[in-house]
Amino acid sequence: MSGALLTNFAGVPFKNPVIAASGTFGFGRQFEKIYDLSKIGGLCTKGLTLEPRPGNTGERLWETPAGLLNSIGLENPGVDAFIENEWPHLADIDTVTIPNVGGSDLDSYVQAVSKFNDLPVKLIELNISCPNVKCGGMAFGMDPDQAYAVTKAVVDESAHPVMAKLTPNAPDLTGVARACEEAGAAGLSLINTIQGMAVDVDRRRIVFDNVYAGLSGPAVKPIALRMVHQVVHAVSIPVMALGGISDWRDALEFIMIGAQCVQVGTMNFVDTTVLPDIVDGLETYCTKHGIQNLDDVRGIL
Amino acid sequence: MAVIKSNYAVEEGIYQMEVAWTGDVRPGQFFMLRAWDRDPLLSRPISVHDYDAESGTLSFLYQVKGKGTKLMSELGPMDAIQLDGPHGNGFPDVKSNLVVVGGGMGIAPLLYAVRDFKAKHKRKKVRVYLGYSFESYGVEPFNDVADDVIVNIGGIITEKVEVKRGETVFGCGPNVMMRALADAVPPKHPVYLSLEKRMACGMGVCLGCSVKTVDGNKQVCADGPVFERDELIWEGGL
Repeated sequence: MSGALLTNFAGVPFKNPVIAASGTFGFGRQFEKIYDLSKIGGLCTKGLTLEPRPGNTGERLWETPAGLLNSIGLENPGVDAFIENEWPHLADIDTVTIPNVGGSDLDSYVQAVSKFNDLPVKLIELNISCPNVKCGGMAFGMDPDQAYAVTKAVVDESAHPVMAKLTPNAPDLTGVARACEEAGAAGLSLINTIQGMAVDVDRRRIVFDNVYAGLSGPAVKPIALRMVHQVVHAVSIPVMALGGISDWRDALEFIMIGAQCVQVGTMNFVDTTVLPDIVDGLETYCTKHGIQNLDDVRGIL
Repeated sequence: MAVIKSNYAVEEGIYQMEVAWTGDVRPGQFFMLRAWDRDPLLSRPISVHDYDAESGTLSFLYQVKGKGTKLMSELGPMDAIQLDGPHGNGFPDVKSNLVVVGGGMGIAPLLYAVRDFKAKHKRKKVRVYLGYSFESYGVEPFNDVADDVIVNIGGIITEKVEVKRGETVFGCGPNVMMRALADAVPPKHPVYLSLEKRMACGMGVCLGCSVKTVDGNKQVCADGPVFERDELIWEGGL
C-alpha cells in the first residue's frame, strides 16, 4: 500500500475510501470468510432500529435489467442485540465500522443513536432514506424541514459524528442536503435506492406487498452520479457516494466529481470480492498515473 | 470457474448440466451459478441434482424460466461456468426408512438425497413419489437407485403419498404442495422440506429470502433451504 488511498472523511481517517454499503454486507461475518475485512476502508452495518424488526412480508426481491428491486423492510435484530452480539467482533477488525441507524419517529432515532455514545464508534450513518418502511425511513429524508429536525435532534444527542444518508426520491435533494449540513451533519451519503415497482403478469399482481420497492445496481449509476455532482456543489461537508458502483472505474468516476469516499452495495451480491478488487484497482490506477493521493484527482470534474 | 462436461434437454425447457467439480457437498445444498457478466445481474441459485465424487461430476437439473437459465441452456461441453458454493444446510442424515416426495422441478435436489441415503444405509428402503403437471422427466435415475418409484402426472401427488411406521419424509416442490405434504403426514413422522425463494446473495446477507419460523425469521439460503416441518410458520406467502 502506497498511502495514495488514505482518506479523511469528516475528521475520520480511512485507510482507503472503499466502504461496504448498508444492507448489502450484513455485519460482515459472511464476507470475513471470503477475505480479510481489514483490506477495505470501512463497512456500514445493516440498518439498525431501536427495536428488532421482522421486515416486510411477501416478495422481497425482483431482478430488473442491470438492477435489483428490494423490499426487505429493515429486517434487523435491533440496536441492543447488535451491540451485544456484533459490535465486540467488529471492533476487533482493523476497519471503520459505521452503524447505520434508522427510526420510526424522532424519539426512536435519538434513542437508537444514543446507545452508541459509550462505544468507540467513529461515524454513524443516519438512515433517513429507506423507501421500504411505512413509518419513518424515507419520510424524514423527503423534506428539508423534516431532515433538519431529525438530523439536529440526533446530532445534539450523539457523541459521534453523524453522516446523513439521503434519498434520491426527495423532490429537492440539494435542499435536504443543505438542511442536514445546517443541522450539524458531519457528512452525507447518497444515494439510497430509487423508488420503483414491478408487476408479475403471470400472477396478474403487483410484485411487492408494499407496492413500491427500492431500485439499486448498475442501472442507477448515471442518476447517482448526477445527484452526487449536484450535492457536492451544494454543501461543504464531505460526501460518500453510492449507487450502482461495480468496479474501480465506477468508483473513480464518483471521486472525480468530488466524492470523498464511495460505498458499494448491490455488487456485493454479484461479486463477493468486489470491494477488495476496487481497492486494488484504485491502488493500481494511482501507481500507474503517478498519483500521490486520490486528492490529486478528487473533484477535478 | 468450472468446466461444463455436458448440457442437454431432458424435456422441453428442462435441462441437465454436468460440471467438472470435486469437493464436499451434501444433498439439498445449492450453488450460485453464473456464466455471464452483468446481464442478468444476479447469479442463479440451483440445487445439486446429483454428484459423483469418483468422476468429479456435479449435476444440475434446471428449468429455463428467464434470461439466466436461458443463457445457461445455451452453454455446451468445455464452456466455463462460475460456481459459488455449496451453500445452505442440505438434508439431514436420517437412519430410518425414507419417503421422498417431489413436485415438478422440486425433484431436482432429491435424486442426490436418495443416492446419498442408499450409499450410507444399504439395508434401508426409499420410496419415491414424483408428481408432474403434464410430462414426467428425470424419472429413470430414481428408478436406478430407489426401491420404489411412484410417478403421477396431473392431479395432486400428496394424495398418493403413504407414510408407514418409522419413515422420514423429504419433500421439495411448489409451496402449495409442500404445505399439503406437511398437513398430510402424521405428526409422528419427521418431515424435511426444501424451500425455494428468490435470493440475491445466496449466503445470508441480503435478507431477501427470509421465512417465518418458530424461532423468528430465518434465511432460506443460509439457514435452509431444508427446514423441518415444525419449524415453519405457513403464512405470508411462505
